[in-house]
Amino acid sequence: MRPAVLVLGLLVAAAQGSGYQRVPGGEYRSVLKYEDLKGSRAVAAFELMTQPVTNGEFLKFVRTHREWQRGRALPLYAEPSAYLSHWQTPTALGPVTSARQPVTRVSWFAATAYCEAQGARLPTWSEWEYVAAADETHRDARQDPAWRERILAWYARSAGAGLGVVGSTPPNVYGIQDLHGLVWEWTDDYSAMLVSADNRSQSEADRARFCGAGALAVDDRENYPVMMRVALLSSLRGADSTSSLGFRCARSIR
Amino acid sequence: MKRQAKLSVALITAMLLIGCQGGSQAPVVATDTGGSAAGDFGPPQGEPIKAVLTSPPNVPPPTNRTAPAKVIVELEVREVEKEISEGVKYTFWTFGGTVPGSFIRVRQGDTVEFHLKNHPDSKMPHNIDLHAVTGPGGGATSSFTAPGHQSQFTFKALNAGLYIYHCATAPVGMHVANGMYGLILVEPPEGLRKVDREYYVVQGDFYTVGKYREKGVQPFDMQKAIDEHATYVLFNGSEGAMLGDNALKAKVGETVRLYVGNGGPNLSSSFHVIGEIFDRVYTEGGTRYQENVQTTMVPAGGSAMVEFRMEVPGTSILVDHALFRAFNKGALGMIKTEGPDNKAVYSGKEVDSVYLGDKAVSATPVAEAATASASGALTLKQQIGAGAALYNGTCSVCHQANGEGLPAVFPPLAKSDYLKADSNRAISAVLNGLSGPVKVNGKDFNSVMPPMSQLNDDEVAHILTYVLNSWGNPGGQVSAAQVAKVRGTTARPKGAAN
Repeated sequence: MRPAVLVLGLLVAAAQGSGYQRVPGGEYRSVLKYEDLKGSRAVAAFELMTQPVTNGEFLKFVRTHREWQRGRALPLYAEPSAYLSHWQTPTALGPVTSARQPVTRVSWFAATAYCEAQGARLPTWSEWEYVAAADETHRDARQDPAWRERILAWYARSAGAGLGVVGSTPPNVYGIQDLHGLVWEWTDDYSAMLVSADNRSQSEADRARFCGAGALAVDDRENYPVMMRVALLSSLRGADSTSSLGFRCARSIR
Repeated sequence: MKRQAKLSVALITAMLLIGCQGGSQAPVVATDTGGSAAGDFGPPQGEPIKAVLTSPPNVPPPTNRTAPAKVIVELEVREVEKEISEGVKYTFWTFGGTVPGSFIRVRQGDTVEFHLKNHPDSKMPHNIDLHAVTGPGGGATSSFTAPGHQSQFTFKALNAGLYIYHCATAPVGMHVANGMYGLILVEPPEGLRKVDREYYVVQGDFYTVGKYREKGVQPFDMQKAIDEHATYVLFNGSEGAMLGDNALKAKVGETVRLYVGNGGPNLSSSFHVIGEIFDRVYTEGGTRYQENVQTTMVPAGGSAMVEFRMEVPGTSILVDHALFRAFNKGALGMIKTEGPDNKAVYSGKEVDSVYLGDKAVSATPVAEAATASASGALTLKQQIGAGAALYNGTCSVCHQANGEGLPAVFPPLAKSDYLKADSNRAISAVLNGLSGPVKVNGKDFNSVMPPMSQLNDDEVAHILTYVLNSWGNPGGQVSAAQVAKVRGTTARPKGAAN
């Protein structure tokens, strides 16, 4: 009986595409150092898209939200030379870009607008890190060398080598796919986790660059895969985008 | 007692005097160039100059300037897949598309406007720490650059010297292990000594999941890097970077300067060039040089300038003299020097002969016999004398000086029934060698005697005559004509030298 149920479950997941999956709440240790928090960090239950937003989905969005089309979006919100520059026209993907690839070259502002249009939001770093700590069978696989090696192997491939399509990595224990091995992803509070521009300084991150109690620095220097993701996000401004940076949306559970 | 006390006082005084002399007469102070405090030659003069950047092993030309200038450096970060070894691909992160990155050359006192560009296809953010920079992070704090972006910062090159630059983005070790380093030369105001050729060589250690030379695309192995177990140790980022057709070139009589760096991330280099002595080594890339150096230490994140004059033609081999790195991990390069031989400096191989140790004997009897044989007046005694000398030089290594051979390995010649039975067979054994089972004096032997192709007919005749007249053998004489006849009628073995 059990295999049949499993197959059915997979079919449902496939049909959903980038639908939302409920992620149960829990506690975990972040690799980031929170000034106001020692030890574990609690994450409330929330819903997360099972796959990153695709070119096809984002194309639908800009067709109805013309202010986010390439050439129309304000430069302050989307750096014009990079924003969606891989599409053939502002409203067509063209032959080299697949609708099933995750959308990249999107700014934080554009990603936020997309999620808001869905009645959703970008996940927080904590939510993202919490879910991304899992592998196919464990909720926290971060100490597993195989987990690290798999992620580092993706880092070692140049972004110019060509982008895969969404759903090509196995779902993790929560049923979420592509958290590693496909694209970087924006988080809602990415700008609060700046790593010092010179990552060797023993002092914490450059305090002058952000305000308030959100000041974070990397705590687990062994955890290179996560550290690099933080480094990438902290190198960006909200209007920036890169060829390997995408996003997915989250929803709070009321 | 009193005398002893006096002596001690004298000794202490002497020691103090020696100490004083050593301290006060050191010449260091007189020639101090003043460091960074003396490195500011005022504001840049003239139009800004765009720096010439070169890929390894090439070096930009000297600045040839007498005044400080504003120099614009534009360096692009690219993440590229290249061969680390034949059939082995690796994703390098590079400054300028190569490992090491582009060579930068400026003059002390120059104002350097630095533009760091991160290619849009890059996956990672990167920055740059130039050891030539005086200021926080060496530029790293001002150059953190996302993919598809560029940063700019400006510094004054206050200290002359040869400096490493590298990426300092987290995780720093991984960025460096992937090839993110290069050299920047800050020339002293008077420039460097003129040389005929300059080359750019940087060592680095690499860590791949697969073993050394395991084919295919090899990802970076973080654990090996942390453990400092290098899979490859390379000059200029790939095994063949300076081998074969890619060898560095020079001509006899030319002076070569190598700008040597070590990117690390982990290993220090015992840099050595086989067959050369460094005439001058600017140790650690600094201002002063040491002379007549065989091997110089280049620390990770450090450099050295080495100069040497090519005196003779041939191939000199660059190695990390921690030798398993050279021969098992790839730390090899070549300089091929062309030009006329200079036998007075190096003869090439003059002698290749059996080393006899205490078995050495005079070659005089051989020469005597040769003369006698030519004049047709060769005696048995002369033949035995010459044969003894030749036997000791050639045959005794196996058959032993007393002709007893070694049990079960080398057959005896003393009282040998095999020898006695057929002298032509003995001649053939010397000329053509002998392998396979033989029975001598009732014992079985099965080994290989190589053909003694280096011996002429006279010499073979002498040896066998000596053997026939020694160790209880029956006596007799073998002539050169007899040897010539056997030589002409027996098949030469395949692979015989001549």
